[in-house]
Amino acid sequence: MTDTGTVETRPRRDRPGLRSRTVPVPLLVPALIGLAFLLLPLIALLVRAPWRSLPEQLTSPGVWEALRLSLVCATSATGLSLVVGVPLAWLLARTRFPGRGFVRALVTLPLVLPPVVGGVALLLAFGRNGVAGQWLDAWFGITLPFTTTGVVLAETFVAMPFLVISVEGTLKAADPRYEEAATTLGASRFTAFRRVTLPLIAPGIAAGAVLAWARALGEFGATITFAGNFPGRTQTMPLAVYLALQNDPAAAIALSLVLLAVSIAVLAALRDRWLTPP
Amino acid sequence: MTRSAPRARRIRQAAGVSAATLLALSACSPSGSDTGKGSAASSSPELSGTVTVFAAASLQESFTTLGKEFEKDHPGTKISFNFGGSDALAAGITGGAPADVFAAASTGTMATVTGGKAAAGPPATFARNQLEIATLPGNPDRITSLKDLTKPGLKVVLCDRTVPCGAAARKALNAGGLKLTPVSYEQDVKSALTKVELKEADAAVVYRTDVRAAGDKVEGVDFPESAKAVNDYPIVLLKDAPNPETAKAFMALVRSDEGQKVLSGAGFLEP
Repeated sequence: MTDTGTVETRPRRDRPGLRSRTVPVPLLVPALIGLAFLLLPLIALLVRAPWRSLPEQLTSPGVWEALRLSLVCATSATGLSLVVGVPLAWLLARTRFPGRGFVRALVTLPLVLPPVVGGVALLLAFGRNGVAGQWLDAWFGITLPFTTTGVVLAETFVAMPFLVISVEGTLKAADPRYEEAATTLGASRFTAFRRVTLPLIAPGIAAGAVLAWARALGEFGATITFAGNFPGRTQTMPLAVYLALQNDPAAAIALSLVLLAVSIAVLAALRDRWLTPP
Repeated sequence: MTRSAPRARRIRQAAGVSAATLLALSACSPSGSDTGKGSAASSSPELSGTVTVFAAASLQESFTTLGKEFEKDHPGTKISFNFGGSDALAAGITGGAPADVFAAASTGTMATVTGGKAAAGPPATFARNQLEIATLPGNPDRITSLKDLTKPGLKVVLCDRTVPCGAAARKALNAGGLKLTPVSYEQDVKSALTKVELKEADAAVVYRTDVRAAGDKVEGVDFPESAKAVNDYPIVLLKDAPNPETAKAFMALVRSDEGQKVLSGAGFLEP
């Protein structure tokens, strides 16, 4: 049926339900413009990359230190987001409590907050002199700013909403009757969540985790504001790129290429493994 | 697609014509009106239009004041500022950003603009800025010298060496033969200062003008090594300036006695 509709346009117009392989022009043109808009800056980066000096730019130990720190922090931030973000998403999707809409809006706040403002807010909350931070300092002697833990927290703050939104969407689309059946058969609500809901929404969790990981990897504003910039401790790739840009754009482009290559490799590998659409 | 093409061409033509008219007009306007030094700014009735000034972030307070003064003295003119890190501004200018005047926080940054032939002439130094230590209010750690910053347990932030204030701090530390490991190399002088204002760091090496602008949220400590790392602030008229005559008058105001008074009030040294 679909094979016959490819060439002629008239049968398609007569029967709107018929699937066709031709793409309507009003969709194709904006789609191609959108694709070009996204790809052109990347192509420009590749065209203007300092290919000749690239090997020497990339052999400096600072690059790998920053890359290692970026990967460690982004992965830790994703882990932290999973541990608290999935239960939060479940709470928002499966329970009813007054002001739920408001709580959901608050969860998405870091999405609209300029990351630098997020960093200042984190300082005011968890800084040495912050609302909660002063007690952390007084009771446990823990100070978070200017530490690697600070980087992880800043990235989690910015990236977790992506995970929560994604998981909550999947939970809402998932049929709650499976869980209800499980509880009817005697499982506790937590067992039902663990044995029925989690496997059901695993693809959504994976997609959300990848999204959060990617966002954490590129995080700049909140990180530099909350955790500062010190090579090997808090200087992640985006910070190194920004500071190199100040006086050595060639080095900045080289660093960006590394970050780009690593993230594309990771995302492509993950996509093939877990995120293939059914 | 094909139908919109003639219209795009028409718009482009119109833009070209108006640009040409502007060029012709600016070419016609008398250019010998302010050959005098400084004082000319106060008596040129034909000044008009908007002047776009790209200026280093540390100039924000003083240049805003001077801009308002200029607009009051010359009704019909408008000084529009773009404050930011000198290097980022320089990159914008060499990349073709439409600006009339560029005022940088370091001669090195200025050189990237004048060397790239984007300037209309040689830059002139109009102010200088010296480093100072910013400590918490009341100076609880009793910091009196640059050497005190190397005390263990003290959280010090410096600017990254890629920005002018970091390069200057490094020069001062080298002059004193000191080795200092900060908790962070900040991306610009204002974020270094913010860390002290929020009491997250105990001290920062910043400019005198920043300490002055922060009021009583930080306390400034002078140190002798700062004399070895004074930053010159050059200003230049850009080659593709859309409004060169009014721009020149504004530059004259900056370098006049009146301008110098505002700048030294903000903590700048005379050139």
